[in-house]
Amino acid sequence: MNLKEWIFTTDHKRVGVLYLIGSIAAFVIAGIMALLMRAELSTIGPTITSNPTQYNVWLYTHGAVMILGFQIPALTGFFANYCIPLMIGAKDVAFPRVNALSVWLFYVGVILACLTFFIPDPPDVMWTGYPPYSTITTGNTAMYSFTVLILGFASIIGGVNFLTTVAYMRAPGLKLSKLNIFVWCTLGAFILQLIFVPVLGTAVTLISMDKYLGTNFFDPTKGGDVLTYQNLFWFYSHPAVYVIFLPFIGVVFEIIAAHAKNMVFNYKMVVYGGIGGIVVMSGEVWIHHLYVSGMADWLRIGQMVTTLLISIPVGLMMIGLIGTLYKSSIAFTTPMMYALGVVFLFLIGGLTGIPLALPSLTIAVSDTYYVVGHFHYVMAVAGTFAIFGGVYHWFPKVTGRMYNEFWGKVGFWITFVGVNIVFWIMMDVGVQGMPRRYYDYAHFPQFEGAHQWMTLGAGILAVGFTIAILNWILGAMKGAPAGDNPWGSPSLEWSTVSPPPHGNWPTPPSVSEDWHPYGFKKA
Amino acid sequence: MHDKLKLATGALATLLLAAPVWASAAAGAVAEGAMVKIKDPAREWDHLWHEVIVDISIIGVLFALVTAWFIWNSRRRPGNEVGASTKLTPAGAVGWVVLPVFVFLSIDLYTAANGWVLWNSYRDVPANRLEVKLEAGMYSWDYTYPNGVRTQNELIVPAGTPVLLRMTSRDTLHSHYIPDFRVKEDSMPGRITYLWFNPTKPGEHIVTCAEYCGVMHGYMAGRLIIKAPEEYAAWMKDEETRLASTVPESAKPAAMPAAATKKSAKSAAKKT
Ligand code: HEM
Ligand SMILES: [Cu+2]
Ligand SMILES: [Cu+2]
Repeated sequence: MNLKEWIFTTDHKRVGVLYLIGSIAAFVIAGIMALLMRAELSTIGPTITSNPTQYNVWLYTHGAVMILGFQIPALTGFFANYCIPLMIGAKDVAFPRVNALSVWLFYVGVILACLTFFIPDPPDVMWTGYPPYSTITTGNTAMYSFTVLILGFASIIGGVNFLTTVAYMRAPGLKLSKLNIFVWCTLGAFILQLIFVPVLGTAVTLISMDKYLGTNFFDPTKGGDVLTYQNLFWFYSHPAVYVIFLPFIGVVFEIIAAHAKNMVFNYKMVVYGGIGGIVVMSGEVWIHHLYVSGMADWLRIGQMVTTLLISIPVGLMMIGLIGTLYKSSIAFTTPMMYALGVVFLFLIGGLTGIPLALPSLTIAVSDTYYVVGHFHYVMAVAGTFAIFGGVYHWFPKVTGRMYNEFWGKVGFWITFVGVNIVFWIMMDVGVQGMPRRYYDYAHFPQFEGAHQWMTLGAGILAVGFTIAILNWILGAMKGAPAGDNPWGSPSLEWSTVSPPPHGNWPTPPSVSEDWHPYGFKKA
Repeated sequence: MHDKLKLATGALATLLLAAPVWASAAAGAVAEGAMVKIKDPAREWDHLWHEVIVDISIIGVLFALVTAWFIWNSRRRPGNEVGASTKLTPAGAVGWVVLPVFVFLSIDLYTAANGWVLWNSYRDVPANRLEVKLEAGMYSWDYTYPNGVRTQNELIVPAGTPVLLRMTSRDTLHSHYIPDFRVKEDSMPGRITYLWFNPTKPGEHIVTCAEYCGVMHGYMAGRLIIKAPEEYAAWMKDEETRLASTVPESAKPAAMPAAATKKSAKSAAKKT
């Protein structure tokens, strides 16, 4: 195995694995930032640093890298790259070289994000980069803009590639009505990326122009408007949560179908009502991030309604998931544990979002730890569990070897306990008034105990994640051979050898009339 | 009137088909809300919050129990080696869309109607109010009373009079958050926003900043001090006398000249 072959590879599977390695590295870095923050917050006053800017830089890196360097690349980089061509019976993607370019850009972006630790004035603008602070800080806002632009561009290229691939390279006989749910979900996510990333690109470019070139897009003293940035930013960043949600719930569908050996419940409802509904509605709810920003009242009320209505497509997808469990045959493997974990975490996260849909309730809890707890449940942790479950699920395909089932479950349970301690308490202190993005909470001494529990919980979940990552590394090096189809799944990716050769199949597959990716049969 | 109209049009336009149901629900709720004489959004907030939390807990527990039951019943065991669910009939497939959509839609509309009523409480300010101007800056809250009296980081108000804050900022974004009164709204340069609350009992409450505004964001706190009306009047009298004796000082313009704002903010950021 030589390094040059890997760096210059155009094979979608290797590109995928490169994405996986990079995004897990990003997860570890951003995770360490989270632990540092939790350590700092464990006592009132300075704990491990006496410099608030240090804390703000950790928080900036944590948020930006978790989203742009970990979740989006892991989901639309690794899973999409590795699984989509295999699931549709294609030899590779439509534009393999463009695919290689996208993973290179991704690494440039991650390296840029990591340089934060080495430059004299690192960015401290939070992952949202709101002006005026981002245009007057001594921190390096350009670094933020370029990181976002490069990672965004990497993702757009991927979008063009995968839409083309699914449109033109499906195996003979593979009708659209037989695509894996994951493929549909990823298509939805890429459609959103193609439409909305340019808006984010505009927003972050304009703040750097304001800061370095003397323009005044967001400076009210010269005719600009600070709210414009927030509108542009969330016009992208709300759909971005569906760019994360759709692929991760797609991964969960694949895991649950395969380990419960059951047909996906009401496939058409999931695809048209769920995925389609989300793609159509995701662009009309961004104002719920601006409920206390001084937006026009009629906009806040209008988007309260659209935000609540999002519960319909999301609810349909949940019914699809839970329905798939009905009359199934569940094996409690490690990937299945993670997938079931997602169902429960997402249930908590989704329901605690309902109060946040109402501007009148949000007026108290906006920008508090309630929001931080809620979005960790619904996106950060649910998404991460889906990613970990997905890596376990396709691990035998990618490496040809088996991970350790015992340690897999140990890791799952430790993490599951840890996240519930941290994020449940977070929501609780938030409702009581603990604001987010605080280096210190000297005027809220009553929360010190809760903060210590959260720090403890963070330590626990870190142990669980570490066990999982070690399990993969050891499994990849010396796990027992897994065979081509350990889960007995008819989905096409399992029909080739593990790991699949360059070109995926010795002879390209074609599918018959009665084949279905979820048509499980008795062994 | 005009604002209400826009509010309604905006909401209704988004709603399209379901508008009639929702409007009538909202109308019912409005009528009920009108019975309450003295508005207190904080109290109403507690009430609605409690109700919504109970509702989502019930939904959550139901979903979780059903899921847990499916999982337990479907564990793989001899005689259950492969899933046995059969393909839905077309009617079944449609039914499984229509039914949940109907349920979710009704919950959504009911919640929206309640949310709208509370929203109106938060936005319709009583006429007999005390109006205070707030200029936020890195890192302080500067209040100006109608008679020109100014305070910093201490908002002193009489019990029994609703208080309206008209807010702006001289540098970055801030958000005037009074947790005990369940209210906040951002203040920002170049725009004026408002919030109001109803202080009923004398006491002290924390005011804290809820929008990341810079390095010392976590330390940007102040106090809301509610005094009995007589005490407030006495305090205000003292302040007025003091103000009168220091005319030259207070004759300075209330806000910095516009052009200077950005520069001073820049140097403020550098200093920290
Ligand atoms: C796994 C353990 C994690 C822990 C212990 C953790 C902890 C935290 C804490 C304590 C904060 C808020 C700090 C503050 O407001 O001062 C935070 C913010 C945040 N976290 Fe996490 N987090 C974790 C995972 C993740 C993941 C997987 C994501 C992926 C999306 C994520 C995304 C974010 C974002 C976007 C913010 C907001 C950043 C901001 O305010 O600008 N976190 N996290
Ligand atoms: Cu959103
Ligand atoms: Cu602040």
